[in-house]
Amino acid sequence: MKIHEYQAAAILKSNGVPVPLGYMVDNLDDVKATVETIQKESNNEAVVVKAQIHAGGRGKGGGVKYSPNLSSAIENAKSIFGMQLQTPQTSAEGQKVRKLYITQAIDIAEEYYLAITLDRSSSQPVIIASAEGGMEIEELAHTSPDKIIKEPINPIFGIQSFQTYRIAEALGLSGKSLKEACKVISDLYKSYVKTDASLAEINPLVLTKDDRIFALDAKFSFDDSALFRQQNIDTMRDINEEDPADVEASKFNLNYIKLNGNVGCMVNGAGLAMATMDIIKLKGGEPANFLDVGGGANVETVKNGFRIILSDKNVTAVLINIFGGIVRCDRVANGIVEAVKVLDLNVPVIVRLEGTNAVEAKEILASSGVSIIPAGSLDEAAEKTVEVAISK
Amino acid sequence: MSILLNKDSKIIVQGITGSEGSFHAKQCLDYGGNVVGGVTPGKGGQYVFDEKLPVFNQCIEARAKTGANVSIIFVPASFAANAIKEAAYAGIELIICITEGIPVNDMVDAHQYVKQCNVRLIGPNCPGLLTPEEAKAGIMPGFIAKKGRIGVISKSGTLTYEAVHQLVSVGLGQSTCIGIGGDPVIGTNMIDLLGLFEKDDDTDAVVVIGEIGGQMEIETARYVKDNISKPVFGFIAGRTAPPGRRMGHAGAIVGGADESAAAKMKIMRECGIHVVESPADIGNTVKVNS
Repeated sequence: MKIHEYQAAAILKSNGVPVPLGYMVDNLDDVKATVETIQKESNNEAVVVKAQIHAGGRGKGGGVKYSPNLSSAIENAKSIFGMQLQTPQTSAEGQKVRKLYITQAIDIAEEYYLAITLDRSSSQPVIIASAEGGMEIEELAHTSPDKIIKEPINPIFGIQSFQTYRIAEALGLSGKSLKEACKVISDLYKSYVKTDASLAEINPLVLTKDDRIFALDAKFSFDDSALFRQQNIDTMRDINEEDPADVEASKFNLNYIKLNGNVGCMVNGAGLAMATMDIIKLKGGEPANFLDVGGGANVETVKNGFRIILSDKNVTAVLINIFGGIVRCDRVANGIVEAVKVLDLNVPVIVRLEGTNAVEAKEILASSGVSIIPAGSLDEAAEKTVEVAISK
Repeated sequence: MSILLNKDSKIIVQGITGSEGSFHAKQCLDYGGNVVGGVTPGKGGQYVFDEKLPVFNQCIEARAKTGANVSIIFVPASFAANAIKEAAYAGIELIICITEGIPVNDMVDAHQYVKQCNVRLIGPNCPGLLTPEEAKAGIMPGFIAKKGRIGVISKSGTLTYEAVHQLVSVGLGQSTCIGIGGDPVIGTNMIDLLGLFEKDDDTDAVVVIGEIGGQMEIETARYVKDNISKPVFGFIAGRTAPPGRRMGHAGAIVGGADESAAAKMKIMRECGIHVVESPADIGNTVKVNS
């Protein structure tokens, strides 16, 4: 699960990491009073108006504006609020800006990169840092990997003082700011563990001209499997930032991702679902979606699966590919028959059922009278599907 | 022979009195595996399956009384990491965790614990192991497999079944099939298992099924090049999967290289693995090349 920058800043602040003074506003009427409050509290006329969407690259899309005074802040807020913000990480239509985060402006001397995530190869958290912060960090990782510091943390012992020192010194810090950075690194690690984060990133971490350290921008994402014990985090979810079809599918415990093709797919298991999409493409078709109905494929899941697939008007054929292990194919077949009857489908449905009780399932489909196209092997199923999808 | 699991393995089931645990324990028993008991805290002293199998409160007790050396875990996600550690503490040599949805931090912790205890964990979030016509420790449908000389290692469940089904339909049986799980933290990776298959006299070739994301298939390919003499066949699911709209940069920096299906297939090919382009050609490709 992802959250907004203002929420990430609040988490950092509550864990002792210094962040610029800032407030979230969700309507333009509050902008003036908010800016005035920040100006008064920070003793500085300048503020920054920042669009709050989950995707990164907001600055490049014009969603972050330095505002030297109140009138420019109000003007910038008006132009950003409600806009369809397009960044390299959003879809082509962009994401509507429904919230702004207004912060004090900071006098930056240096920018650094600091993040914690899981290193899958060693199965432990790793701190990543670089003296060259900012947006081109991934490119830097490829061109000059020596400029990226990676410090693995043994989860049993936790982060050690010498490790925070190692990182802060490698960033080029010394004296008071080195001490402050050590504390930030340690506090970031604590917040990463405490919130069950999958990513805690400060980019940039800045050194100000008066030698102080601030987290100027932050991103957090969280382990969905741990949300049951992270109620505070769970309440930060913003449904507006998620794809409506994904939200609908998750209500029915289905894992759905919409794509741009015309062949709808309904499959059990993520690996087989991806492989089914792959073979459709190999046969000359274009998958319309990824849909994993999981281990409990029954009448309801099949019906809901059909509804979600067919809510996409590009779909001209649907392939159902179920390999029954624990799932019994005869039950899935009953589900398909009932769903096809109830939903009055107007696209061809190709069905391939293999595994547990596949023979019984084929009989159920054959004697049901509903018009579906049966297929034996995975290859045959994909071939038939692409054929009818194209001829439609 | 086979790897890790055979008809002499003594299996216990943690969570045997739950609905999943009891259903699959029965299936493993019916397949012919040597299931010797179960563990459910608070239900020690009871017997299940027509009073035949004893239930214990703790793993350590189950091991002492039954001599179990394999445990299958069907414990709910919030307690599963603790169950893994308990089995490791008891000295169970092979721990197979089927449970899905375990918090990553819990697994980071359990992974370290298992390592300290010097035992092997398969999973979590996996279908487990199957040594055809000998024993099953997990949830794979046993009837689709046949005894033979091909090893199967896979990240995914149903795609493993598809591969096994294809192998059987071209007349090739399997020595052992293992689902390693697709979670960010897993106990045993492809390299560990390839090493075991390389040493197994009854395995002639190995099928490795991977997915997009992560570095495991790439590290595995490099390992195969230098260490494995038997033919290895590979498929990577997800060449049509959309590039995820990632958040932040840390994942890409840790990963470093390209994690797409095409990139993985390319490196596998360069390392001498027979890469299967279509998921429908897994069986045929193995048949033709081995």
